[in-house]
Amino acid sequence: MAEFKKSFIAALWFVILTFPFVAMKVDSFEKVVTWRWDNVLYMGVGCFFFSWLWRYLLQRKEFSKTEDKNKKSLFQQTLKDRLFSDPKVFRPVLIAAFCVAVIFPFLFSPYQTTIMTTALIYVVLGLGLNIVVGLAGLLDLGYVAFYAVGAYSYALFNYYYGWGFWSILPAGAILAAMFGVVLGVPVLRLRGDYLAIVTLGFGEIIRLILENWDEVTFGPQGIPNIPKPNFFGLEMDFQTTTLYMYFVVFVMTIFTIVVVRRLNNSRIGRAWIALREDEIACQAMGIDTTKTKLIAFGLGATWAGMMGVFFAAKNSFVNPHSFTFIQSAMILCIVVLGGMGSIVGAILAALILVLLPEYLRAFSEYRMLIFGGIMIIMMVFRPEGLISNVRRKYELHGGEKN
Amino acid sequence: MDYFLELLLGGLTRGSIYALIALGYTMVYGVLGLINFAHGEVYMIGAFVGLIVSGLLTVLGWPVLAIVAIATVCAMVYAAAYGFTIEKVAYQPLRHAPRLSPLISAIGMSIFLQNYVLLAQSSDFQAFPQLVPDFEFLEPYTHIILSSELVIILAGVVTLIVLFLLIKFTKIGKAMRAISQDRQMAMLLGVNVDNVISATFIIGSALAGLGGILVASHVGQINFYIGFIAGLKAFTAAVLGGIGSIPGAALGGLILGWTESFATGYVSSDYEDVFAFGLLVFILIFRPAGILGKVSSEKV
Amino acid sequence: MQTILDVKQLTMDFGGLRAIDHVDLDIKQGEIVALIGPNGAGKTTFFNCITGIYKPTGGDVLIAPPEKKQKRINGKKPNQITVAGLARTFQNIRLFANMTVLENVMIGQHCRTRTGIAGAVFQGKKVRAEERRVIDYSHTLLKKVGLDQYVHHLAKNLPYANQRRLEIARALATDPFLLLLDEPAAGMNPQETAELDQFITRIRDEENVSILLIEHDMRLVMSISDRIFVVDYGKKIAQGTPAEIQNNKNVIKAYLGEDIDDA
Ligand SMILES: Nc1ncnc2c1ncn2[C@@H]1O[C@H](COP(=O)(O)OP(=O)(O)O)[C@@H](O)[C@H]1O
Ligand SMILES: [Mg+2]
Repeated sequence: MAEFKKSFIAALWFVILTFPFVAMKVDSFEKVVTWRWDNVLYMGVGCFFFSWLWRYLLQRKEFSKTEDKNKKSLFQQTLKDRLFSDPKVFRPVLIAAFCVAVIFPFLFSPYQTTIMTTALIYVVLGLGLNIVVGLAGLLDLGYVAFYAVGAYSYALFNYYYGWGFWSILPAGAILAAMFGVVLGVPVLRLRGDYLAIVTLGFGEIIRLILENWDEVTFGPQGIPNIPKPNFFGLEMDFQTTTLYMYFVVFVMTIFTIVVVRRLNNSRIGRAWIALREDEIACQAMGIDTTKTKLIAFGLGATWAGMMGVFFAAKNSFVNPHSFTFIQSAMILCIVVLGGMGSIVGAILAALILVLLPEYLRAFSEYRMLIFGGIMIIMMVFRPEGLISNVRRKYELHGGEKN
Repeated sequence: MDYFLELLLGGLTRGSIYALIALGYTMVYGVLGLINFAHGEVYMIGAFVGLIVSGLLTVLGWPVLAIVAIATVCAMVYAAAYGFTIEKVAYQPLRHAPRLSPLISAIGMSIFLQNYVLLAQSSDFQAFPQLVPDFEFLEPYTHIILSSELVIILAGVVTLIVLFLLIKFTKIGKAMRAISQDRQMAMLLGVNVDNVISATFIIGSALAGLGGILVASHVGQINFYIGFIAGLKAFTAAVLGGIGSIPGAALGGLILGWTESFATGYVSSDYEDVFAFGLLVFILIFRPAGILGKVSSEKV
Repeated sequence: MQTILDVKQLTMDFGGLRAIDHVDLDIKQGEIVALIGPNGAGKTTFFNCITGIYKPTGGDVLIAPPEKKQKRINGKKPNQITVAGLARTFQNIRLFANMTVLENVMIGQHCRTRTGIAGAVFQGKKVRAEERRVIDYSHTLLKKVGLDQYVHHLAKNLPYANQRRLEIARALATDPFLLLLDEPAAGMNPQETAELDQFITRIRDEENVSILLIEHDMRLVMSISDRIFVVDYGKKIAQGTPAEIQNNKNVIKAYLGEDIDDA
């Protein structure tokens, strides 16, 4: 009963809060007010149950915390942990996923294949940002700026100098990396929250420049007719191009996964995580934190730059509208939902966040609302994400001899 | 000369607005050490509540003065309620979480609120009625300053003075200062930290709401996105002045307001926002503590 | 014996507060030196100043690693000082909570290894060998501090006393010639503290390091220290052997009789 009362009060509070917004719509020219009482009802009922769920989840979180302490659960492993750490379990899953990805474009229409290509681009972007935010703990809110740098380098170099995809791919990557380093050198000395704001500002500056520098970037109209990558100069029809694009991105995805995985368990990756966990202790352990941050930031930017080139090629068209803060937010949401530093998590989250709105149209209207909600809810209830980054168990031997 | 005066007063108007919003950032930063990314959204909420309430009362045929008063009060109260709720939902559960968590939660809240207003109201710009009447005594000077601008400047000045006195002399103000110095110690000395944090959010948000309705009535149109840019600029102002410092917020607001006003007036208006962000990056790089802020080292 | 750390007239101000006031301190190779004083005396601040976490307002910090020339380290960054051979633990444990125990120690080896991005991606022979060495060395260290049964556990799940041991192992992994321990016995029970006694001496002997420690447990301090420095309100008020310190009037006054009788 007490629970009922609490939920009721919460619901009442939110109904009052949202009342002017959901119940009324005012047209101050026509001087009419449209009333929407049904919305108030939905809001009340929704908030009632949601607040119940909220409190239940909070309690569960508290409970599991004390539980952990009591049991000193040092040796316990959940089923999920096993799924990702036991090769006997995850290898078949991996192979199956690979096979599905390979035959996917042959089973489905070019339209579906294009969507899947987009999803894979986001997987790679998610993995790239995961290095910066998830591993090194640097909150980069302007990630899309580097993506834009990559995309526009393809568009512009192609338009003005006729460069092809394969020569611009490394150029775009290097250019984005340079932007990353130039921004990073002064900014990475700052506290984490300032970094967030500066990167946010930087993202906006890049977009505004693209929008206003008409003579070069053609402003909001963008640049059309960007060619797709060619395959040793072969002429290809629409269907084959789509297929080819898909596989190029797919190979890129595999490449990224391998690279990130290896970095994650290397000397550099450990330094990133140490940096994320405790910057002062990290520095006191002899790690040059500025350099370590810069490597993470630059590497993240490089990846965004490369994917920008892919994006421009896939769409054959770029304009500033593709590079708004919303994109940065979406990529960040992939990292947060997937789990900081978790590769499998980032992949799953990218697929969920891209494919779900694509196939559930009703969902797509509420997409951004849900992104925002996910970020809050994940932080409050499950900061480790869907799939927490399980640290590798390094094999021990030889040590015994001493 | 008139053009210069117009830019000067225009800058003062902008500066007052930035200061009004920057105060919220600075106060929250003072007690929580957190950048409340959703603060710009509270400003936007204030503007929308002003729009809806004034629209409703106009339709009902209330007298103009009553409409202005009620709409302003509603905007402030609602903004305060939103600020309070935001803290309870998105920040309070994260008091002891790693430093990245509340930041991400704050970004999430900002995105959520923008889209909530977009869905519940509209994605288009909406016309905002002119709430401030044209003062007769300003008639000869309208090419230099509008009455709505005068009101904004006055509101800014009055708010600053009131807030300054509040922080300096009231119990809650002292508690705020105590918490910003050393939260653990303040708690031991019997300060109710939760209440003070809530109060901080309520005051800061009410000011943002006031800013929202004043600007909306001055500019004449609003949409769900106005809080994003305004918030970013107000944050710039707060950092410029020295985040955590109330006079700093005012100073930062003025400098930013004038920079923008003169830069767009004499250089180019296309890059208005670029000037602001450029200034932000510049300060953070060369003087992250801001003009009036103190350089502090974390206790290890 | 060679002097390996020589601190001259070190001073540190926070705004108006002088946390350290012209303090001199020296350590000779192989010594265990204790820095004691009441809470808030400035001991941790002293550590922070010599390890580069704070920039001292005045004075000099000189180090002379064995077989190397003496050099000034004040004003250097913490990581540079660690590379130069000073390693520390923290009063409020600062482990990398979500990394495994083994990884925490491996981080200590970071500054003694070279693998870069390209190496990590291509995993060449040299890189793998280096990684192997780091793992084995870290594992050996963990055995020495008695944590080898926990290698794969997350640091945050260790009991308190073991977290302190892990911090010591992590510091040792940076290959220091001087180890700075900030209240290693804080939060330990009497038995764990008693074990710490031998533990610290053993580390000194086996790892060939000198030790500077801050500690409140007088029994521990008196039994293992070669020399003791006492600070109060940021000023050095006494220095000498344990016996000398126990009978020093200033010290007794500073402590108002507390603790010192137990020794
Ligand atoms: N970063 C800092 N800013 C301001 N004051 C500090 C800082 N670090 C330490 N102090 C002050 O310096 C004094 C000494 O503290 P500390 O070195 O921690 O003492 P101890 O370790 O001897 O207990 C205390 O008064 C403390 O408040
Ligand atoms: Mg101390």
